[in-house]
Amino acid sequence: MAVTPVAKLDAPKIRADFPIFEQTFHGRPLAFLDSAASSQKPRQVLDAMVHFYETSYANVHRGVYELAERATAALEEARTKACHFVNAPSSREIVFVRNATEALNLVAYSWGMNNLGPGDTVLVTELEHHSNYVPWQYVAGRTGADFRMVPLDDAGELRLDSLDEYENVKVVATGLVSNSLGTVNDGARIAAWAHEHGAIYVCDAAQAAPHKRIDVQAIGCDFLAVSGHKMCGPSGIGFLWGRAELLQAMEPFLLGGHMIRKVGRDATTWGELPHKFEAGTAPMAEAVGLGAAIDYLEEVGLEAIYAHEQELAAYAIEKLGEIPGLTLYGPPPERRAGIVSFNLEGVHPHDVAQILDLDAVAIRAGHHCCQPLMSKLGVAATNRASFYLYTLPEEIDRLAAGVVRAKEIFA
Amino acid sequence: MSEFDQLYREVILDHYKNPRGHGLIADADAEAEGQNPLCGDEVAVSVRFGADGDTIDDVGFEGRGCAISQAATSMLTELVKGRKASEVAALPKEELLDEIGIPLTPVRLKCAILGLGVLKVALHRAKGTPLPDEWRSLAEDFQLG
Repeated sequence: MAVTPVAKLDAPKIRADFPIFEQTFHGRPLAFLDSAASSQKPRQVLDAMVHFYETSYANVHRGVYELAERATAALEEARTKACHFVNAPSSREIVFVRNATEALNLVAYSWGMNNLGPGDTVLVTELEHHSNYVPWQYVAGRTGADFRMVPLDDAGELRLDSLDEYENVKVVATGLVSNSLGTVNDGARIAAWAHEHGAIYVCDAAQAAPHKRIDVQAIGCDFLAVSGHKMCGPSGIGFLWGRAELLQAMEPFLLGGHMIRKVGRDATTWGELPHKFEAGTAPMAEAVGLGAAIDYLEEVGLEAIYAHEQELAAYAIEKLGEIPGLTLYGPPPERRAGIVSFNLEGVHPHDVAQILDLDAVAIRAGHHCCQPLMSKLGVAATNRASFYLYTLPEEIDRLAAGVVRAKEIFA
Repeated sequence: MSEFDQLYREVILDHYKNPRGHGLIADADAEAEGQNPLCGDEVAVSVRFGADGDTIDDVGFEGRGCAISQAATSMLTELVKGRKASEVAALPKEELLDEIGIPLTPVRLKCAILGLGVLKVALHRAKGTPLPDEWRSLAEDFQLG
């Protein structure tokens, strides 16, 4: 079989695009291994936002003057980029929100509150980030629906063979990539199961979209949530993709300016998609920044980014695996994204992270907004190192050396 | 002093590895436990009063968590032993922080005062006095019980 080779990305060259790396911490270059929490921003994104503010800024949609039209065009161009980025059928189906959490809340409230009731089952997983867990738990509680969790196996992968144990499932909500363990889930298989059983599939792509090509039509999901800040875009912008027929049938989420068709004394009718879900002044400059981030990722190539991160994950697993007393969590490298969670016997993750910080290695220590998963693993917290397109193998060497140092000090 | 030494003074590592007052007391006059749900630090404290019903004759703790939380609780037991319960119940946290003697970020500050919060809850509960306002919201964060 012919294999199309993926051009390797040039991480040192990419790094030069990110101004944050121009400074040192504790006298050392920053080894930023916390991109799963939020990514750093390339100059191209920052410049695009400044350029928008300097040349095209006015409130969108309402003005008739040229500047307002220019601002509107910039916002809508960003929407088109987001549409192509996830291969959505129509940009009317792209709703700008603050982040993936807001996108998932929008679906949980606007769809869930009106489509769930006693006897229905809401199915999430033990891997979920709180953002795709708490809203569903809450809405299930409010509507009287059952709230269930697909369990994990020992490798930290979803036990999709257990799906048939659940009855009257109306919605399945899962992530595509776990922010804690890096597990890559089979979204297409989950979508197929959901549709066979009359359920919708809500896909949290916050941790997948920055690293992997997303195609909503290939996955076959009904909703997909993306955060801009994890994919080189600014904070404060993300988007929800949803099937037009579902979005049209839904109640609005936030009410106010812009989302209306006609406001009367007694009643109001809603605007067309996507405006019905975009009350208030849009995050315009942030949308422009997100558009620039999409351009940046496409130029580097998502396939190259994914290949780079898998290489780094495999290297990290090898290096960390050599340290006695270190427990690694999650699946083998070929089925995980660039995220490695671990614990060091007898040393609390905060202490490990603090020692690493002294060498300017930034990792996350905590529950990663995944308390149900932590309780499944039987730990209060883990250390998590996460990689991105600017991560270098020597930063993983510094990580491993720091972990050894922490072990010498505390264990 | 290196940054490492500033953060993990020898005395802190010593208290972490060889905790003083380790182990809970049987027939305690006051006890409480708490955890910091953000990082999973846990501390349980028990106290026995002297014949006057107020002097802290003995204090012990058990817990697990980061070096700062466990070392701070260990130092706390040395700090309060032999003092009046009523005085310790009103002890300003600065006294313990001076003892710890390292700069603490807001996240690590919570680790450092977990044990003191638990001890205050134990003492106020035993004395039937209300927890001071400053500690009340912290007590909720720490899921004290």
